[in-house]
Amino acid sequence: MPEYQNLFTRVQVRGPVPYPGTPMGTAQLLAGNSERETPGTFVSLFGKIGDAQVGPVYLGTLGVLSIIFGFIAFEIIGLNMLASVNWDVVQFIRQLFWLALEPPSAEYGLRIPPLREGGWWIAAGFCLTVSILLWWARTYRRARALGMGTHVAWAFAAAIWLYLVLGFIRPVLMGSWSEAVPFGIFPHLDWTAAFSIRYGNLFYNPFHALSIVFLYGSTLLFAMHGATILALGRYGGEREIELVLDRGTAAERGALFWRWCMGFNASFESIHRWAWWFAVLCPLTGGIGILLTGTVVDNWYLWAVDRHFAPAYPQIWEPVIDPALAAPMQGAPR
Amino acid sequence: MSLTARVGLVFAAALCVVIVLMTFERPPVTTSQQGFRGVAMEQVVNPRTQAVRLAANRVPEALEAADTDGERAREIYENVQVLGELSVAQFGRIMQAMTEWIAPEQGCAYCHNVENMASDEVYTKVVSRRMLQMTRTINVDWTPHVGAAGVTCYTCHRGRPVPAEVWASTILPHNGLQASRGQNHPAPVANLSSLPGEPFTPFLLQDQEIRVISTAAHPNGNPVGTMQTEWTYALMMHMSEGLGVNCTFCHNSRSFANWSTSPPSRLTAWHGIRMVRDINNDYVVPLTPLWAANPRGPAEGPHMPRLGPAGDALKVNCATCHQGANRPFYGAPMLQDYPELNLVSDGPLRAASAAAQ
Repeated sequence: MPEYQNLFTRVQVRGPVPYPGTPMGTAQLLAGNSERETPGTFVSLFGKIGDAQVGPVYLGTLGVLSIIFGFIAFEIIGLNMLASVNWDVVQFIRQLFWLALEPPSAEYGLRIPPLREGGWWIAAGFCLTVSILLWWARTYRRARALGMGTHVAWAFAAAIWLYLVLGFIRPVLMGSWSEAVPFGIFPHLDWTAAFSIRYGNLFYNPFHALSIVFLYGSTLLFAMHGATILALGRYGGEREIELVLDRGTAAERGALFWRWCMGFNASFESIHRWAWWFAVLCPLTGGIGILLTGTVVDNWYLWAVDRHFAPAYPQIWEPVIDPALAAPMQGAPR
Repeated sequence: MSLTARVGLVFAAALCVVIVLMTFERPPVTTSQQGFRGVAMEQVVNPRTQAVRLAANRVPEALEAADTDGERAREIYENVQVLGELSVAQFGRIMQAMTEWIAPEQGCAYCHNVENMASDEVYTKVVSRRMLQMTRTINVDWTPHVGAAGVTCYTCHRGRPVPAEVWASTILPHNGLQASRGQNHPAPVANLSSLPGEPFTPFLLQDQEIRVISTAAHPNGNPVGTMQTEWTYALMMHMSEGLGVNCTFCHNSRSFANWSTSPPSRLTAWHGIRMVRDINNDYVVPLTPLWAANPRGPAEGPHMPRLGPAGDALKVNCATCHQGANRPFYGAPMLQDYPELNLVSDGPLRAASAAAQ
């Protein structure tokens, strides 16, 4: 007998026709929304991992503009990468993960350099930022149009905060676009490592530590919550929203399980607040840590030593003296 | 499940296996603790890679010692400029050793006109004189780096006329859209990262500042940015790869900048960087006209590039001597068997083509 599961199921739950969504209220229609024209369709491939219904999609002015700006940024970055391998498509594919569009070098400060010396980076960054901000406005307005809260938009805003700190706010405070992150897969990772090296080991940055707490905490909460709901599926536990208002046996069993295991339990409502705040605080605290780096603290290790926060360890070997301090220099003259 | 789905799953699984096998080193790897417990001061070594490196870094059997008595080479042979203080037996011994170390296939003819051994007409002979003086300088002036173990020709050459690990400046691509910064392509010298691919010109030829980390906790006028740090980072990755060691071989795990808690090998490396700079500027680069006149090597061969793509000399970096070992030949002494190399005279060379003008 086939069993309905949420993941990789052969049994798909479909209505007789695609559901066009909750009816539009008068207020929504007065606010300039037009009646939905297409009800969407069913795609069985999507039904294997989630809901089989695709659409209706709302693009609107914000969505269209966001996609256009995003496409321009994507093209600028991609064409610059293609140019960096002398327009060789094979090399573009082979080296794709290594290629980058770098910000201007330090000599330009906050001025706008020639296009080929970082100007394209500014152009791409501007278009990408406009695209992201328009998309944020879209998530806010679509939530409002459905009468929802705006939690998704504010969670997205937390990520945008980190993005803006890295690419705009901190470079402006440092007085140089060269402090920003390059566009590129490996290049932005190498930049991250170099950033930590330059500023004396980011592991001693307490906001970096907090960000990691919330990152790992998010995955932990996600796993605990996902596991709880899946485990309660046989009692209808996936109908969480109903259980918030009317705790049934699924909610009671799940709650008792966690009280057995760790003494207390989140409620079916509060677990989602926990998860939301952990996820949102990850980029919020991370962004603060980045913002302080180079502007307020230039060497996090020494900062931590000054505050007795970095422990000292027993020395295994004789202390090494910086040879550059020994005058005259040893060895042959240069 | 349909046949197509099964075939697709099998293919996906096979692809995953290939990616895992091609990407990761097979365990086990061994970890040895170097510093205080619990602070990640350790060296990670793959014993299989290490076995290959050990085999590749063996000192050859020493030739039978030569009689130091008798007439000096300069009294017997003509045009002996740097090895004149050797006895005739020693002179013959070091000639034989150099042939085996540098040109075992080509033999004497690699440097000599065999009709007239005294002639300087083969340019490689002029190069060898300067290289002998370089070896002597390294062993005498750079003991903070090479210690008592010292170096011989074989430390770099290993039976090849041109050492396997050398570097030359790269030609940056030109196109209208993006000015190349010399990075963001797979960089073999920096462990195939996207870091700068040739970090040697600024640090091992010029003496640009390698240090990037501030010495005070708060902003104090250190103008170095993240971008410039990537150049130092690339040089350090080269040292790590060239010596077959982790960062913590020279640095402590908490602060790369802090000297007092660094392992003593950092001091050795510091002198090594300056030694390589000295070698490149005083010995290698001044010989460039000789290589420019013979860009594919001597007439007799072997024909291989003697200059980089930009027309500069093939220069020295850490890997030239180390070749993957933290000490060349893992510290096995070789110089002690060749006292002839300590008798090289440092005087100016007579031949007009000696180039070091």
